[in-house]
Amino acid sequence: MKTLKTNRRDFLKIAATTGGGLLLGFHFTRCDSPSKMKVVTDEELMAQAVNYNSYLSISPDDHIVIFSPNPELGQNIKTSFPMIVAEELDADWSKVRVMQAFLDSEKYDRQVTGGSGAMPHSWERLRKAGATARRMLMEAAAKRLDVDISELSTEKGQVVHGKSKKKITYGDLAKEAAKLEVPQDVPLKKVKDFKIIGTPIKNVDNKAMFTGKPLFGLDFYREGMMNAMVQRAPFGMKIKSVDDEEAKKVSGVTEVFTFGDNVAIVGISTWPLMKAKQKLKVNYEPKNGKLESSEVHNELFTDLMKNGKAQVMRKNGNVSTAFRSAAKVVSAEYQCPFLSHSPMEPMNFFAHVKADGVELVGPTQTPDRARSAAAEIAGVDVEKVSVEMTRLGGGFGRRLRADFVEEAVTISKKIGAPVKVTWSREDDITGGAYRPAVRYRFEAALDKDNKMIGYKLRGVGMNAGNCTRENNFPSGSVDNLLIESIEYKSDLTTNAWRAPITNFLAFAEQSFLDEVAEAAGKDPVQFRMELLDRAKNNPVGEIHYDIDRMRGVIELVAEKSGWGQKKGVAQGLSVYFSHRSYVAQVAEVKMEQGNPVLERIYAATDCGIVVNPTGADQQVRGGMVDGMGHAMFTNMTFRDGAPLQKNFDNYRLIRMKEVPEIEVHFVDNEIDPTGLGEPALPPTGGAISNAIYWATGKRLRNQPFIEQEELKEYKIGQRA
Amino acid sequence: MANYNLKINGKSYQVDVEGDTPLLWVLRDHLGLVGTKYSCGIAQCGACKVLVKNDAVPACVLPVSQVGEDEVTTIEGLSEKGDHPLQEAWNEVDVAQCGYCQAGQIMAAAALLKNNPTPSEDEVMDAMNGNICRCGTYHRIKEAVLLASSKMK
Repeated sequence: MKTLKTNRRDFLKIAATTGGGLLLGFHFTRCDSPSKMKVVTDEELMAQAVNYNSYLSISPDDHIVIFSPNPELGQNIKTSFPMIVAEELDADWSKVRVMQAFLDSEKYDRQVTGGSGAMPHSWERLRKAGATARRMLMEAAAKRLDVDISELSTEKGQVVHGKSKKKITYGDLAKEAAKLEVPQDVPLKKVKDFKIIGTPIKNVDNKAMFTGKPLFGLDFYREGMMNAMVQRAPFGMKIKSVDDEEAKKVSGVTEVFTFGDNVAIVGISTWPLMKAKQKLKVNYEPKNGKLESSEVHNELFTDLMKNGKAQVMRKNGNVSTAFRSAAKVVSAEYQCPFLSHSPMEPMNFFAHVKADGVELVGPTQTPDRARSAAAEIAGVDVEKVSVEMTRLGGGFGRRLRADFVEEAVTISKKIGAPVKVTWSREDDITGGAYRPAVRYRFEAALDKDNKMIGYKLRGVGMNAGNCTRENNFPSGSVDNLLIESIEYKSDLTTNAWRAPITNFLAFAEQSFLDEVAEAAGKDPVQFRMELLDRAKNNPVGEIHYDIDRMRGVIELVAEKSGWGQKKGVAQGLSVYFSHRSYVAQVAEVKMEQGNPVLERIYAATDCGIVVNPTGADQQVRGGMVDGMGHAMFTNMTFRDGAPLQKNFDNYRLIRMKEVPEIEVHFVDNEIDPTGLGEPALPPTGGAISNAIYWATGKRLRNQPFIEQEELKEYKIGQRA
Repeated sequence: MANYNLKINGKSYQVDVEGDTPLLWVLRDHLGLVGTKYSCGIAQCGACKVLVKNDAVPACVLPVSQVGEDEVTTIEGLSEKGDHPLQEAWNEVDVAQCGYCQAGQIMAAAALLKNNPTPSEDEVMDAMNGNICRCGTYHRIKEAVLLASSKMK
């Protein structure tokens, strides 16, 4: 093994031989490989593959192994990342084998799934990984053929010498090329030369997913492993007493013990634990003061909106003067409830605390956080903790936390055995780390010419941190502006929930802007475009979004939806910039038998280069379905610190029949790509509420829509 | 504990479990057939659907004592080589995001096509409405069911 000259630790460092250690215990076979091809196991492949860098190994049999460092939870990174490496390598995609990398802070930077940040973070380093290896293969071929490298080109996993028509496969060159010095600053391809990027490449785990292979954390099994479930305290409560006599009697339960305000039940298999949990009698008492209920939150919102101590997030001009001189003032309050993340795979994790370290396996968005948490509980250095990421059955931000990892480590340490902790659905929904409940108050001042001269936003959030995004549109387009945030510290645990803050703020803001547009007597598209013109020509303060790209998505969605040209259909616009991408949507609502029916939503997205059109289309689509479902149906309420929704019978998620047609369009450009896991979600609620308003005259300001007074005379939900 | 003889994916199994153990946990914990997923445990989401004879049944609420002689098919047994028209259509349409619910979706679709080989779009939606996909892949699920149906003609 040789050391490469580089200062990019995450990128060009030869890895230790990995052997079969990266396997999840199944034989991966690519869906679209020819069936006659001999299936090489991952173990066989890794035994012969030559390592080029953190991302890439090449096997003498022409297999290209590409490691995907970031946790895969449905954002399709395990397919799109390797596409980028393969593109610059000029690999034959049918020979590419993708493997999920372990947590390895030496080899990789930012092994996190969150904030739609992986793509912008890794775009260049993935390209360089492929391009550098390609250059080394070409140099090796030049040596072997004794020709100048300028006479060589590459195509589909081969170096080609045009003059002599000689071709050498990458596998053939793999060993000698790896011995060469790593070239620096290798040029990257031009966008127009991309052959893999921009083509629809199917999810690399399709075959495994559709044949029931053990891919997910809950599927993990280790010989001798115990199972455990945990009874957790309601928010703001602590254990007063535990009666575990009946629980212990359940056949298959081996141990019941208390740690902190939790009770662990351990056994060989899962079902006895679920039964024992029902028989466990735990008495709780408040830790301090009064317990939280949703009614109390409503009173708190009202009080804090009026009297709370606000933090000024952004201020331009003088709003007092502007509102005093206004010809018209529009104001409205918007509110959303807490929400559970409720991924389809409930929380779970495997931990084995051994004398010399900890082994962790499971679904996490932040393996690094899992590792530090485990190290602390086990009392070992982080170097002694290994983290293997399984596929995640959804995350939505819930798996950014490490509470379920901490439980597994604590229990394994206590019982001295490997253990998998499984949360029931009820545990998952009631032990949430919720999307914070928020209330916003918007005020807009219009002058006599119906120009918006003043804009105020005051947000109150429950454990929401800054519940505004002060530099987002319309900031920069209004002379006098004040954005303020107030935070209430609640006992309810909250956490980032897909498109944090903007998942509701975008709905509220885009609905309110339609209210202002109406007061100003302007078309919603025209109203926003005028504000953007203003921000472009004469910006007020700093501008943190690209005005042209924002205009671009509005123009595209207006064109595709035939904005303003349809009869008998009410159209609602919404446009939002979040997580570095721009998305505009138009929802269409038709009145059928007196009921508003959501028929279709158009989306126009600018995320720069679309790496994988099939993945990107579904990211946008899925984000919209998510935004729609939670805006329309889902509520999470509390009484005395205990959640009232516990499972999918009353925690309502959107279903197939409730989903309208969706049309997805992308802006075609050559800008470096940004992420898509989140940006399509925020605009959807606003597009729908605006369309419902223009169809019915009913303005929806609170979520979920179906529980609002404004819609009580209608039947909404399923399509007719 | 009692012994139960089960017919699963064309094979016979004997398991020694409590009679109230749901088939889901017998499959997952005792037989290592983990393609059938746990998600809600109360027959609300469909992630655990298996075929019992020709019907899609939520295995999370089916006690093993009630399975009896009925032939059970799980995602692992839907086809020998993973090439059932539904599995191929799911790949062709590139349905999944996280993928966790998809085995249950495919089994629900398998029951539909066994009982109604050429369903209309509305019939597909009726049959699939009992399966939740938290990622929102509903459009592609519908498209894949219709594609598989067209290929099975």
